[in-house]
Order: sequence, then C-alpha cells, then structure tokens
Amino acid sequence: MSTFRLTIDGVEIEASEGQTIMDAADAAGIYIPRLCDHEGLRHQGGCRVCTVKANGRSVSACTQPAEPGLTVDNETPHINKLRRDLVEMLFHEGNHLCPICEASGNCELQAMAYRLDMTAPTKFPYLEPCRPVDASHPDIALDTNRCISCGRCIRASQDVDGKGVFGYVGRGIHRQVAVNGPDLAHTDADISDFAISQEVCPVGCIIRKRQGFARPIGEREFDRNLIGHKINGKRDD
Amino acid sequence: MHVTDTQLTQASNWPDVVGICETYANDPHRMLDILRAIQDRYRHISQEAMEVVARQTGLSKIAVEGVASFYAFLSSDPKGRITIRLCDDIVDRFAGLTEIVEAFESELGIRMDETSPDGTFSLEYTPCIGMCDQAPAAMVNDVILTHLTPEKVREIVARLKSGERPEDLISHRFDELSPRERADRMVDGNIRHAGAVLLGPVPEDAGLKASLNLTPAQIIDTVEASGLRGCGGAGFSAGRKWRFAAETDAERRFIICNADEGEPGTFKDRVLLTERPHLLVEGMTIAARAVGAREGIIYLRGEYVYLRELIEEVLADRRERGLLGDRILGEDGFDFDIRLQMGAGAYVCGEEGALISSCEGLPGEPKTRPPYPVTRGYLGFPTVVNNVETLCHVARILDRGSKWFFGMGTEGSHGTKLFSVSGDCRNPGVYELPYGHSVAELLEMAGGEEAAAVLVGGPSGTMIARDTFDRKLTFDDLATGGAIVVFSRERNILEIVEYYMSFFVHESCGYCTPCRVGNVFLQKAVGKFRKGLANQADIEYLRDLSATIIETSRCGLGMTSPNPILSTLENFPLVYSAMVKPSKDRTRATFDIQSAISDARHLAKRRSYIFDRDFGE
Repeated sequence: MSTFRLTIDGVEIEASEGQTIMDAADAAGIYIPRLCDHEGLRHQGGCRVCTVKANGRSVSACTQPAEPGLTVDNETPHINKLRRDLVEMLFHEGNHLCPICEASGNCELQAMAYRLDMTAPTKFPYLEPCRPVDASHPDIALDTNRCISCGRCIRASQDVDGKGVFGYVGRGIHRQVAVNGPDLAHTDADISDFAISQEVCPVGCIIRKRQGFARPIGEREFDRNLIGHKINGKRDD
Repeated sequence: MHVTDTQLTQASNWPDVVGICETYANDPHRMLDILRAIQDRYRHISQEAMEVVARQTGLSKIAVEGVASFYAFLSSDPKGRITIRLCDDIVDRFAGLTEIVEAFESELGIRMDETSPDGTFSLEYTPCIGMCDQAPAAMVNDVILTHLTPEKVREIVARLKSGERPEDLISHRFDELSPRERADRMVDGNIRHAGAVLLGPVPEDAGLKASLNLTPAQIIDTVEASGLRGCGGAGFSAGRKWRFAAETDAERRFIICNADEGEPGTFKDRVLLTERPHLLVEGMTIAARAVGAREGIIYLRGEYVYLRELIEEVLADRRERGLLGDRILGEDGFDFDIRLQMGAGAYVCGEEGALISSCEGLPGEPKTRPPYPVTRGYLGFPTVVNNVETLCHVARILDRGSKWFFGMGTEGSHGTKLFSVSGDCRNPGVYELPYGHSVAELLEMAGGEEAAAVLVGGPSGTMIARDTFDRKLTFDDLATGGAIVVFSRERNILEIVEYYMSFFVHESCGYCTPCRVGNVFLQKAVGKFRKGLANQADIEYLRDLSATIIETSRCGLGMTSPNPILSTLENFPLVYSAMVKPSKDRTRATFDIQSAISDARHLAKRRSYIFDRDFGE
C-alpha cells in the first residue's frame, strides 16, 4: 500500500491510500473532534463536528480521503468556534439536562462542550422536543429527547449486530432515530447488542436498565480526562 | 425483524400491496415507485402496508418507513380521495393565496391540513409547484389548476362534491385528449421570448444524426468546446462531467436527467418538458453515446406528475421509431433506453447525490462526496446527472456545432439561458436570452420596470435592489439556474425572507446538524425582526450563524440556505435596522413579558394577576 505525507496543524504525518483524514490523524495520535463517527462503524459525516479545512476548503475529516501533500487545519480558533456552534445546536435541538442525566461524565456531547470551551451562556433558542420515552423493553429504555441523531446505534445494529433495530424516519428538523417495530420490546434488541453498549450511544438516549450510577459521577471517563485523550495519548507515549 | 404469523396473515390481507411490489419485481431500488403506487391506491401507507413491502423487498420495516416518511407526497395518515395541495410559494401568497385558502376552507368545511370526516377531501399546503407565472395554483391529485380565484374555487368544490373527477375540471372529454392537450389545458406555456437554441424552430433529431458521424470522444470534445455549462444552477462544464464518466472503467454507466427543478420561482424545465420533450431525450441519447451508457433515467419532480403521460408517450414513440432501445438508428452497439422516475415532493432531490439516492429507492439524502457521481453514482456506477435544459442544449450543439453555441453569450457564459420570470411584472413567463443581458433589460421585457427588488436564482441565489439592476446575468456576475422573482415596493422584504427560510427548514433533509438545526434558528431570528423584537446584536447573530451553516453544511442546500438573509442584509440593510429596537441601559429592550409568560399561562390554565390587567377584577 502506498504511503504519503500530509500536514495537520503544521505537523507532518504519514497516511496511506484509502484512509480518511481522520483515520490518518488517529493513527498519528492527533485528535480531531467528532460525535457521529466511531471506531469500527461506517463513516457518516452527519454531525459535522469533525469539520477541518483541507487546503482551505471545509470538509468532514471522517469522510474526506487523505491525499498527498494536503494541508489540514484542525484546532484553529476559527474551526473550534464552528464546532462549538454545532455542539450548541445539538444541545438546543434536544433536551440535555446534564445534572439529571445518568450519562453525565460519560457523555461525549457534554465532554465535547467542555473541550470546546462552551462555558458562556449559549445564544440559540431551545427547541424543547417532547417525545415519549420508550421503556417497553425489559432491559433497555430509550429517551430520544436526548438523541443527537448521530446514527451510531443504527450502523452498529445493522453492520455489527446484523439486526437493523434502529433507523432514521422523517425529514429535516423532524428527522429522528426510531425503532424497527411499534416499540423497542417488539424488536430484536438485546442488552448484549453492540448497538446498546455504552460506547455506541454518545449521550444518555439509550439507557441500560438497572445499571445506572454503578460508577459515581466524578469518577467517570470524561470527569478525569478531556475527550480525545486516548488518541492524543498515543502521541505523547 | 421477526416475521410473525400475524404479519404473514396480514400480507394476505394486502394482495394489492403484494401485487404492486411484484409489478416492480420486489426490487428495493424501486421503493419510491412502490410507495407512490400504494399511496395512490390507499391514499396512505399504513404500518401494515410497510410491513408487507418490507417483506416483499427484503428490507426491514424501519428502512421502508425511512423512505415513506421522507417524502412530502407520501403519508402514513389516510388522506382524502381527493387531495388538494395549494401552492404556498411567496408569489402565490402575494397573488391572493389567503382568499383562496378561505374559499377552500369554507366550501369544504375543513381547515388546512385536515381531511374531511367522510374521507373525500384533504386540504394541505405544498411548496412551489413550478407555476409561479400563473399563481395562485394548486394540485388536485394529479391535476394542476392555475389562476385560481375565490369564485373558481367555489365552482371547483361544487363540481367535485357533485361527483366529478378532478380530471373533469379540465375537460369533460379529458379521457379522449392526448397527453399534450391535457397538459396544455392545465398549464399555460407562457413562452415570452424564444431564443435561437431551444424555443425557436428545432429540426427533429438533427443533433442525434450528426452525432453518429462522430466518435464518442469527438462528441465530448464538441460539447466541451461549446462552453456549455450546467443550467441547473451550479454551472459545471457539461463536457468535463461527461469526460470523467467516460474515462471511469465500469460495466455500466448511466445518464440521468434532473427534471426536479424545485427552486421557488423556477419553471423553465416545465416548459421544455412540455414543448421540447423529444429534444431532451435526443440530448440524453447523445450523452449516452458519448459516455457509453446504455441506461438512462428521467427524474421528474412529483409536482410535475401531470407531465408523466406526455413523457412516457414520447419515450414509447421513440422506441417505436428506433430512436431508443437496441441499435438506435440502425447503428450496431448503440443501445440506450430510459425509464421515468417520479419524485414525491422533496426539493433536496434536485441535488445530484440526493437525486441518485431517490432513484435508488432511498430517502433523498445527498451522498458523501467524494466519490463523485461521475465515478460512482447510481448503484455505484459512473453516472452523469444533467439538467433538462443542459441536455436540450446538447442536442442543438451537435446539430449546429460548438462554434455556433460558443459565439453566443459572453466570455465564460456561452449560449442562451432560459429565465423563469414571475412575481410583480406584467408578462410572467419564460425568456430565452443569450447570457449577458442585465437584470434591467430583462425587467423591461417582462414589464417589471417598477420592481424594488429582484431575486435572481431563487432563494439560494441573490436578492438585489434597484441600484444594481445593471448587473449582468452571467456565471461571473449573477449566476442563476433561471429563477427571476420580481417584487414591487409594496412587498415586505422581511416577509419574503421569512418565507424562504421556512422553505429551507421544510426542505432540509436533516442529515447534517448545521442545515437541520441552524436553519430553524435562522428562521426564528428573522421572525424576531418581523415582530419588532430584535436588537442590534441580532444582526451580528444572523451573520455569524449563517457563516457557520455555510461553512459546515454537507451539501449545496445548507451552503446556500442563508442566502436570503445574507443578500438582503447586504442589499437592503435599512429593512433590518428599521426593525431593531435600541437597547436602553444595556437592558434587553426587546424582552417581551407577554410572550415569555404565555407558556406558563397555558400550563397553569390561568392568567396572570400582574400582567393580565383585566384578570381578577
């Protein structure tokens, strides 16, 4: 496989054909913020948080192929501002009440907000959806008011579990994740599915019953480390 | 998904659904056709029907529901046997839509978005149906009605209630009329100016015959040398697009005609599809020969369903005459055929990736680029997607030569262009002009000299004011897919902007965050200006949010959706500043206690002792 070099924020890294900008950055220990992308799942390019400038042009790093000699801007003040806007949009699109959410501390949306310094009062209006919670399944509950439409559960169920429990329905602001049946209890969903595991849902939308607060808030992944630390850590090693 | 016994029993209760699926060989790529047929048959697509379709096509039910819930013309709730869709474009609003709505509501006894209890009538809004030159207009099932007045509405409803079919409103001899006669009786042509290329006299299949004397590479060279650029709005070189597709190694290649013009204010392709359908198919056939495609698709927007028969007839006629199918014009190895794909109410399908998704039976979501459609498009094969007008131009270029075409227009913008002119002007309709005319010249032809504002290129284009009407209609100055909407000084610019933002909110596919969510925020912010609740900082907020949406959106819809705001902020700044309230002592002068407590009133089911002065007295 042919390899070549490109630069991200002035750092020269190696990439190989077939890799996306994000693949190459991950391998080199440079973290590009992302929400809808997840290791082992198809790339979607929907959340746009991984927007970078490749030779000056806005692209999503998770879908854009790496190319020889590409100059990529990643963590510039301008790009981080765009990302902060996107993360704020997601906060305002759903109902994200961190203090009462079991995912707090493990939540990638919350962690991304901290990483991007979303510390001042936000400027957007709240859309305050009012969707019914689906607690029909004996082991799993779904609160789609907290969904950020990343679709990771859809791809995980379809491609990894081979089931297709989830899918998108609707269009535009009404587009949302739904289940393949009248409710979750009438689907093939199982607590042991990869799609249901903690690592797939980045927020507190997919809830595993009777497992809450096993690890206290304050000791969770992003309570201790900034999101992206695992990838950035590779570089420091 | 478990297939339970009950569901199997249900399938046998839906023999027509099974039959419809079988008509399309249970092919999941024909999902849109299947769902359209079910919608027509049952006036909705029920959960049970979706289960049956899923089983027949081998998909999950949620995948079927994903498609069914994406398109505006498909519905999971039962619609009336006669569904009346009123065109809700801003041009229709200014042409008296409110009175039309009132007339329909009072005559039918139902409100907008309702269905009559006996299941006969549904009344709803739909965005621009491509009839801005004859507004107010409506679709009644597959029939188009134009130039509506309250008197006409009363007559229409009375006749429908007496048992007449929507088709009878057009003619009592409807069934005897040819498809062309039907189209002509429903919709005016309104060709106001015929240019040299498309709307003047056109010899039959001269371009196709000429192409037989050229190699595929020579055809591409000819088109490239003509300077022809995509007429849908993006303006990419047609010849280069073809070259990329021809150069990609593949077993199959496709030519797709984008007849999904949905930009509010555009209707020029409607005229070409009616007046020059043979020229279009001729252009597609030439394109097929050039890039080595044997299969083609015409993607016709759902709103133009009234043209379906006309196009099917043209395709059948050409097959019969050896101009489509195997061995075209007797040439060995020149095989090409076309199928018609109906859309179902989704503006975003005009984006080429979304259009391909839709042809594949998926929700109309743009595809990730790269790969580009010319290398990996429909079903993964190299695909050329060209606009109707572009393909018509191709046929003429092959007949008259690239120099002839290149010689018209201006540097970088060669040939002629169709402009759809509507709004506040005396002669709305289609004008075919060489590139390079000024907006003022076009306004003079159309009888719109009094215009205060002109929207060039529809809402995703540019709104300009009187002081820049000398700007030129070229790719380098005011690039446009052809929509020219004229507004007189009586019109409220902010009302127009708010309408167009609501259009983009309605039409965003929802795939990416900035377009899905950001446009809702823009729409709300414009609403604040309209209500007089905006402050100075809100102008900066509009600019800032627009910039984020443009820079981070995934496709052209999101990259242009803030244009109504940005171009009016630029060209009509006083409209905004006049609505801004000064902030006193850095407090929010724009805070409105009444709207702030309205939710609380509603929840508490009582009014406020303090803020509702008359309460408790």
